[in-house]
Amino acid sequence: MQKVRRVISAIVMNESSVLARVSGLFAGRGYNIDSLTVAPVPGSEMSHITIVTNGNQKVIEQITKQLNKLIPTLKVIEHEEMVEKEMVLVKFPIDAPLSDIQALCDAYNGGIVNVGVDMVIAMVADEPVRIMHFIEATQRYKPIEVVRGGVVAIER
Amino acid sequence: MQMNGAQMVCEALIAEGVKTVFGYPGGAIMNVYDEIYKQDGFEHILNRHEQASVHAADGYARATGKVGVAMVTSGPGFTNAVTGLATAYMDSIPMVVISGQVPLSLIGTDGFQEIDAVGISRPCTKHNYLVSSIEDLPRILKEAFHIAASGRPGPVLVDIPKDITAEFGDFIYPSEVHIPTYKPNYKGNDRQIKKASEAIKKAKKPLLYLGGGVVLSDASDFVKELANLCQIPAVETLMARGVMGAKNPLLLGMLGMHGNYASNMAMSETDLVISLGARFDDRVTGKLSEFAKYADIIHVDIDPANISKLVDVDYPIVGDITTVLKKLLVYLEDVDTTRYQAWREVLTRYDNLHPQSFKDSDEVLMPQWVIERVGELLGEDAIITSDVGQHQMWAAQHYPFDRPRQWINSGGLGTMGFGFPAAIGAKRGCPEKTVINITGDGSILMNMQELVTASEYKIPVINIILNNHYLGMVRQWQTFFYDKRYSETDLSYQPNYKALAESCGGIGYDVTTKEEFDKALKDAIDQDKVCFMNVTVSRLENVLPMVPSGGALYNMLLDHKE
Repeated sequence: MQKVRRVISAIVMNESSVLARVSGLFAGRGYNIDSLTVAPVPGSEMSHITIVTNGNQKVIEQITKQLNKLIPTLKVIEHEEMVEKEMVLVKFPIDAPLSDIQALCDAYNGGIVNVGVDMVIAMVADEPVRIMHFIEATQRYKPIEVVRGGVVAIER
Repeated sequence: MQMNGAQMVCEALIAEGVKTVFGYPGGAIMNVYDEIYKQDGFEHILNRHEQASVHAADGYARATGKVGVAMVTSGPGFTNAVTGLATAYMDSIPMVVISGQVPLSLIGTDGFQEIDAVGISRPCTKHNYLVSSIEDLPRILKEAFHIAASGRPGPVLVDIPKDITAEFGDFIYPSEVHIPTYKPNYKGNDRQIKKASEAIKKAKKPLLYLGGGVVLSDASDFVKELANLCQIPAVETLMARGVMGAKNPLLLGMLGMHGNYASNMAMSETDLVISLGARFDDRVTGKLSEFAKYADIIHVDIDPANISKLVDVDYPIVGDITTVLKKLLVYLEDVDTTRYQAWREVLTRYDNLHPQSFKDSDEVLMPQWVIERVGELLGEDAIITSDVGQHQMWAAQHYPFDRPRQWINSGGLGTMGFGFPAAIGAKRGCPEKTVINITGDGSILMNMQELVTASEYKIPVINIILNNHYLGMVRQWQTFFYDKRYSETDLSYQPNYKALAESCGGIGYDVTTKEEFDKALKDAIDQDKVCFMNVTVSRLENVLPMVPSGGALYNMLLDHKE
């Protein structure tokens, strides 16, 4: 069976061990995690976990079922039609051409968010594919550090 | 009412109707043991190893259908309990295990006897809790019992730091649970049930494939009614032995790696599998691509994750078997049973061709004879537990199980050392039944310290050790697949089982003939004491039929020439 990329959201009780339950499930059953983000759902006792995974359709089906089976899981959404965004922070040395970096950020709806004595930090939030492209484009300016935030998604 | 956490634990157990707790004290759980000392709402059985405590609670649960309860201390007490948790988890047994933990302030400091119990037990419990505040304790205990027994049952661990068992708080035991994220579906989709009934009516060669879920759902009467109404033949998994009843003409037997010829052929040729509470385990299916190759599949299971996990299912029904079957039976009232007549005749021919049998001997006791003899003498009056290995398979093949919960064994995890403590738990839960542990000379030593427990509490469990001086099942694989290189399976060096039992306050028998066996069994039942019956059996007997691991179900080794 063909491998597919899937974005899955799990709405879970916001309790201390819940992330360990989810990540342990993936590790124990041999499922892949490409990225995982988690944050509280405002105004509730729930957390929203977004997981990007890959596997054949049978594996994806098992992942959603096994996630659902965890006691603290309220619901699992296997995203089909979604808006999907990821954030990245890139640190450049101060001697990099700032106007080039600014132009690059503009092209990806981002900007320079911090400048220090010896470095400058750019931020971009966009679709994961575009984040990849942005990171590729920054390579010629010799970034010191790149930190990706992981995918968050919302069903349309 | 104000009380400390330890009292709350006792009060909760009493409120849940717990009559027996199996356990072992230690530093972090001492506060609770202090309250156990003061109360008389339930009895406590002191096993001589935490693993045995958990297996005993498990055996109690399997025999009675109630939630089994075990109690252990932190650190090694808990880690010893892990095998018991995993055993219960794999077979979906309702159980609550309460473990002590180091005080909250010491958690994470590598304190004495500290281990991350919830971390270790996460993959082998249905759910687990680390209690972090006295206010949460009553709710957590209530939830633990609810989660253990509802939906697909399973073990739940409640890990309680020592300072919380000492702390005082208000005890109001909740009358019901409210877990918004946990709502098992019992009902089953009506449209799917209707569709399944139509598939049954259209089939020519339907087959009931019964799993342990039938036992857990106490659905065996409805399953028998379904089989009877439609005249559909049935096969049982290892976990479902006893559901149909040995004398039921519609029962073909057990299927799988050591299933009988008719059962495995039925599964290979059926055009409609009606799976009830079975999970298509690899020991059942053999080579997946050849399993029930010509069949559509109806799968009733309370756990949606079991459906289409290994085999694609055509009629998935998520629900409790009893609830689903009640509806299904209505839709099937007008079923034409003559449709399956030819199919039943084929299967009868298969059964006559290669019946489940063995070659008896006059020179040496055959293990199968011993099991059939116990069946003749005790039949449905006995509860049979077993350990893991050849004796387990022979018991499953040859004992005439007549009712669910009569057969207790570690099917999923395959835990050697399970049988004896499980028998202790079963006997405590069903004191009116004769409880027999059919075991081997490998397995029995893995929890033999329970001789002391059984003697102290006068729990007369009869251990029949089918002694072939080998780690028999591994030896059998070495014979078949490793060119008879018997690596570390020769158990010729043996204890004196009779003396061993006697030294712990039990009785021992050495048996080498049929006459001796009959005499010993009668005596063991009369004596009402725990016993080790050391039965010397044929050394190199193999469990047959056998489907080699990974092979197709229809390719069975039916006999093996030395």
